[in-house]
Amino acid sequence: MNYKAIVIGTSFGGLEALKIILPGLGKEFPVPVIIVLHIGDHSNDTFINYMNSICPLKVTEAENNEEIKPGHIYFAPPNYHLLIEPDFTFSLSTEEKYNYSRPSIDILFESAAWAYSKNLIGIILSGANSDGAYGLKLIKEFGGMTLVQNPCSATSPTMPRAALKMVLPEYRLKLEDIAVKLVELTNG
Amino acid sequence: MTNGAYNETNADLLNIEMQLLMEAIFLRYGYDFRNYSKAHIRRRVLHHLSMSLIPNVTMLLDRILRDRDFFSNFLDDLSINVTEMFRDPEFYKSLKYNIIPKLKTYAYFKVWHAGCSTGEEVYSIAILLKEEGLLDRCQIYATDFNRKVLETAKEGVYQKSDIEQYDKNYVLSGGSGKLSDYYKSRYGSVIFDKNLSSKVVFADHNLVTDNVFAEVNMILCRNVLIYFEKNLQDRVIGLFYKSLVPGGILCLGTKESIKFSGYENLFEVVDEKQKIYKRKIL
Ligand SMILES: C[S@@+](CC[C@H](N)C(=O)[O-])C[C@H]1O[C@@H](n2cnc3c(N)ncnc32)[C@H](O)[C@@H]1O
Repeated sequence: MNYKAIVIGTSFGGLEALKIILPGLGKEFPVPVIIVLHIGDHSNDTFINYMNSICPLKVTEAENNEEIKPGHIYFAPPNYHLLIEPDFTFSLSTEEKYNYSRPSIDILFESAAWAYSKNLIGIILSGANSDGAYGLKLIKEFGGMTLVQNPCSATSPTMPRAALKMVLPEYRLKLEDIAVKLVELTNG
Repeated sequence: MTNGAYNETNADLLNIEMQLLMEAIFLRYGYDFRNYSKAHIRRRVLHHLSMSLIPNVTMLLDRILRDRDFFSNFLDDLSINVTEMFRDPEFYKSLKYNIIPKLKTYAYFKVWHAGCSTGEEVYSIAILLKEEGLLDRCQIYATDFNRKVLETAKEGVYQKSDIEQYDKNYVLSGGSGKLSDYYKSRYGSVIFDKNLSSKVVFADHNLVTDNVFAEVNMILCRNVLIYFEKNLQDRVIGLFYKSLVPGGILCLGTKESIKFSGYENLFEVVDEKQKIYKRKIL
């Protein structure tokens, strides 16, 4: 399968999980990685700088109208929903919180499923609410690949559990195994 | 969120129906959503379908063409009206620091607030101007293409439950008084001082289909352009350029920018982070 993008949703415990996964993707990783991490209203700058210092791939905050490029890691800006347009650019929205969240994982995943359909990998990691479960189900319905962090290995198991309740994912992995699997899936 | 009638097997069909729907709305009612972000519009349309229990977009189109009131509700769904007072306090701080001193040198100036929604931002600016002693010297035009939100804006009545957040924002923005000095509580609502809106003219204006509204010294248009596709954004920035006097100020939302718009060279950057620009005096 020819995967064109990866979307990741996570909240509490997400930063720790991403610190392990993202550097593990190496520097030749061939697809874009688009992430919603709930961090409240404060700016992303600090942890984006930090991620850049530990990842060989370029890490930035997604910008409105920006063209999505392979081998690039994008984070949703705080306080905006992030959507993927049919022409593979980003758009932002200030509409109401969804699942008490803005950015909402469901909104990103839904738009990603429409844009990439079966060429998409959706991932749910550690988190303290159930945002993303619905979006992951949609990715699966559109023929995409789904992966959930094993709740037992998650700092906060609520989000992976909620996802597992709605979707039987292709993979249910321990944190340490996720990066390797992603490299394998995207090199095929 | 997504309607059961649509999935990956008929994504093409949905695209066709969406295009027809936007064309129909434009022809029938003059609102032009054809160059709004597709993912955003699709989400709103599918949301509206599931709320109104209409099975598919073609049937929605039929209803919209024939039923003006139905369209009016649908319009509310398409125009995201979410707003708050002193959203992005840092922006107001920057205005105070970078722009207000210049406004103080004018005997009289005009401000255009485009896409003002229910008016929370308009009252925020009016409060800021008042605290700087400038409110009596200005004329504010506050416009939006949604008439319902303009009614709320004129009334200046908001929910009491939101005030706590607004008050926090106000303090962070460097407000010199107390927010409660500017409103009265009534049951679950607050009503803002009519003095604040005495310098404001609220008017219906569509950024996509209408022309220059007035020649002004400052334009605020925040969190509106994010809903437009690139070409439309660029066109609207052009409209702002034409509406500003040389040296006039343009304020966009913190995730909007004139970068790559083709107008980049015609503006100076005043505050890169808070997206405050100045039309160059050529
Ligand atoms: C998200 S609100 C922004 C409100 C406020 N400026 C803020 O940042 O909090 C977007 C507003 O833009 C208005 N709008 C959308 N398209 C428009 C158009 N073509 N012309 C005028 N207003 C428009 C909507 O009705 C809505 O009130």
